[in-house]
Amino acid sequence: MPSQRDDSIAHDTVAPVHIAVDRAHASQPAGPIKIRARDVNVFYGDKQALFDVSLDVPENSVTALIGPSGCGKSTFLRSINRMNDTIPGCKVTGRIELDGEDVNDRSIDPVVLRARVGMVFQKPNPFPKTIFENVAYGPRIHGIATGKAELEEIVERSLKRAGLWAEVADRLHQPGTGLSGGQQQRLVIARAIAVSPEVILMDEPCSALDPIATARIEELIDELRNQYCIVIVTHSMAQAARVSQKTAFFHLGKLVEAGPTGEIFTNPRDSRTQDYITGRFG
Amino acid sequence: MLIWIALTALLLFSAATYMAARRKAVAATGGKPVLLHSLPGYYGSYAALWVGAPAALLILLFAMFGGRMEEALLRADPPAAVQALTAPQQDVFFDDARAIAHGGQPSETIYEGDLKTALDAKAAKAAHLQNLIQYGSVALGALLALAGIMIAYPRIGPQFRARNKVEGWIAGLFIACSVTAILTTAGIVASLVWESWRFFQAVPIHEFLFGMEWNPQIAMRADQYAGTGAFGAVPLFVGTFLIMMIAMLVAAPIGLYSAIYLSEYASPLTRSVVKPLLEILAGVPTVVYGFFAALTVGPIFRSFFNWIGAQLVGGSFDGLGQYLMQVQNQMALVAGAVMGIMLIPFVSSLSDDIINAVPQSLRDGSLAMGATRSETVKKVVLPAALPGIMAALLLAVSRAVGETMIVTMAAGLQAKTTLNPLDTVTTVTVQIVTLLTGDQEFDSPKTLSAFGLGLTLFVVTLMLNIIALRIVQKYREQYD
Repeated sequence: MPSQRDDSIAHDTVAPVHIAVDRAHASQPAGPIKIRARDVNVFYGDKQALFDVSLDVPENSVTALIGPSGCGKSTFLRSINRMNDTIPGCKVTGRIELDGEDVNDRSIDPVVLRARVGMVFQKPNPFPKTIFENVAYGPRIHGIATGKAELEEIVERSLKRAGLWAEVADRLHQPGTGLSGGQQQRLVIARAIAVSPEVILMDEPCSALDPIATARIEELIDELRNQYCIVIVTHSMAQAARVSQKTAFFHLGKLVEAGPTGEIFTNPRDSRTQDYITGRFG
Repeated sequence: MLIWIALTALLLFSAATYMAARRKAVAATGGKPVLLHSLPGYYGSYAALWVGAPAALLILLFAMFGGRMEEALLRADPPAAVQALTAPQQDVFFDDARAIAHGGQPSETIYEGDLKTALDAKAAKAAHLQNLIQYGSVALGALLALAGIMIAYPRIGPQFRARNKVEGWIAGLFIACSVTAILTTAGIVASLVWESWRFFQAVPIHEFLFGMEWNPQIAMRADQYAGTGAFGAVPLFVGTFLIMMIAMLVAAPIGLYSAIYLSEYASPLTRSVVKPLLEILAGVPTVVYGFFAALTVGPIFRSFFNWIGAQLVGGSFDGLGQYLMQVQNQMALVAGAVMGIMLIPFVSSLSDDIINAVPQSLRDGSLAMGATRSETVKKVVLPAALPGIMAALLLAVSRAVGETMIVTMAAGLQAKTTLNPLDTVTTVTVQIVTLLTGDQEFDSPKTLSAFGLGLTLFVVTLMLNIIALRIVQKYREQYD
C-alpha cells in the first residue's frame, strides 16, 4: 500500500508542542511520559496473550498500536484502564504506571481509574437513552456538575469538542441510538470526554464506519490530542500513519517495535514490522 | 384387519416403485447418476409418494369415517315399523342392528313382529354395507396407487426435477401439520364462543360481568328461574385479581432480583449451579404446590395469625385480635404466596434471558466511564431491559390468572368480594373446575356458565399475551 508512505507523515513525526489552557495537568510541556508500561504479561486462563510488553506513551500525542488480529494490542489497551478485570479468568502482571502510579496497585480503585482513562470501543455503543442523557451519564455518576445549568454546559461543551453539536443541537432529547454510525461514534467520544479524562483509549474506533465518517473521526482525534493523551488500536496502517505521532507494532503477543510513527513507517528496524507495513502478512 | 393388510401391501408396493423408479432414472443416464438433475433417491421417492400417499390417505379416511357412512346409508330408508318409533328409540334400533351385524353387545330392548323382521333385515344390510365400504376403499386405494404409478413413472428421466417435486410434497406435509394446530385452536375458541353464547342467552352478559353475587347452585332447583342474579362473576374476578396480586408481589421482586444476581453478579460457576436449581422449581407439578399450600403453608399461616390474634385479644386491638383468632387454613394469602413461589423460576428465567440480551458493549461502555457495577445495572442494563421485563411480568400475570390447582386446593370455594388477603376467596378457574366435575347436564346455565368464565379468562390472558409479545418484539427491534 504505497499510500502509507505519504509525504505528510514526515511532518507529523515529531509530536508538536501544544499547551492546553483549561487543564492543569496539561500545563507541563508536551512529551513527558503519561503511561509507562513495564514487563506487562496478560493471561486469559492458561493462555498467555501478552509477553513482557514495555511501552512508554507520551502525553498530548496520539500513540497507535498496530499489528495483525490476535496480536494482543486490544488486550494491552484494555489493561491500561483495567477493563480486563471484567473478563473472568484474566490475570495481568507487570507494572502499568499512569503518572507514576501503578494502576494495578491495591490502592487504585478501578472505578476512579476509569474516570481518568476514558475508552471508545470498536462498535459505537450509545446507551438506549437520549443524546443528552448519553453525554450526561458520566458527569451524573461522578457528581461532576453541581446543577442543571452546569450539566447542560458540560454536555454542550463535550458535544462541541466531539464535533457533533451542530448536527444534534436541535434534537438533544431524541434517542442516541437513532444517529448514524459515525455520529454515534462521535457521541460516544463526547460521552467519554464529558468526564474530563486524562487519557482516551480507542479500540479500532473506525472499523465499523464508512470512509467519510472515518475521516471525520480522524480529524477529531487530531484535534483532541492537544488536550488528551490518546492511545488508538487500529487495523488500518494508513490511519496509524495519518493520526499518530508514535506507533507500536505488536506481533503474537509481543511488542516488536515502537517509535516515532515516521520512523516505523519509513525505516522499521525489525523485518516483521517491515513485512507487516508493506502488506506482506497480516 | 383388512385395512392393515391393505396398508402393508401398499407400503411394499411403494417400496418396489421406489426401487424401480430409481433404477429407471439411473439407467436413463447410462449408469452415470451425475447427469441426473436430482440424486437418484429423489426419483424413487417421487414415484413412491405418488403411489403410496394418496392411496394411504384414502384408505385411512374411509377407516375413520366408514362407520358414519355405513350408519347414514343404513338409516336412508327406514321401514314403516321403524318410522313409528320415537327418535331416541330409532337411535337404539339402528345401534342394535349394527351391534348384531358386527358382533357387538345389543341393548336389552325386545323387538317383535315387523320390528324384528326389520331389525334382521337392517342387520344383514349393515354387515353388507360394512363389507362394501371396506373392500370398496381398498379397491379404490389400489386404483389410486395404479393411477399414481401411471402418472409418476413415465415422468422419470434425467431432465425431470424430482428433488423440487419431493420437497413440494414434504412442504405440503409441514403445512398440513401447522394447519392442524391452527384448526384445533380455532375449534376450541369456536366451542367456547358457541357455548358462552348459549349461556349469555340465559344470563344477560352485563349481569354476568357486573353482577355482585355468584351462586350457580340456584340453577339446580327446577322451581326457580335460572338467571336471577346468581351469576354475577365480580366476586370471582376480584378473587382472581387478589390472588394474582399477592402472587406477583412474591414472584416479581424475588424473580427479578435473582435474575439480576444471576446475570450480573454471579460467577459462571455459581450461575451454572443456581440456575438449574431454580429451574427445578419450574418442574414441580402444580398439584404438588397445591397440597404444599393446603397442607403445609396453610396451617403454618393460620397458627401464625391465630397466635398474633391471641396476643392482641384484650388489648387496644381487641377487635383485630378476635378476627385473627378465627382465620382459617384456606385464605387468599396462602394460595397467592405459593403461586408466587411457583412463578419465581418463570419470572427469573425470562428476565435472565432478557437481561442477558442487553449487549455486553453497553455494560463495557458504562464500566469504561468509571461507573460501578451497580450503577451500570441500575442506569444502563435495567432501563434497556425494562420493556422485556415488563413483558415477562405480564406473561407471569397471565399464568397466575389461569393457574388452577393451587387455588382449588388452597383458596377456598366461597365467592366473596373482598380484598382481604386473610379471607377465603375463589377464582374463575376454581369455579370452572367445580362447575364441570362430576355428572352434569349440559343445558343448564349452571354448567354453561363455566364456558362464560372460560371465555372471559381466555380473552384476558390472550390480551395479556398479545401485549407482552408486542412489547418483547418492540424491544428486540431496538438492538437487531
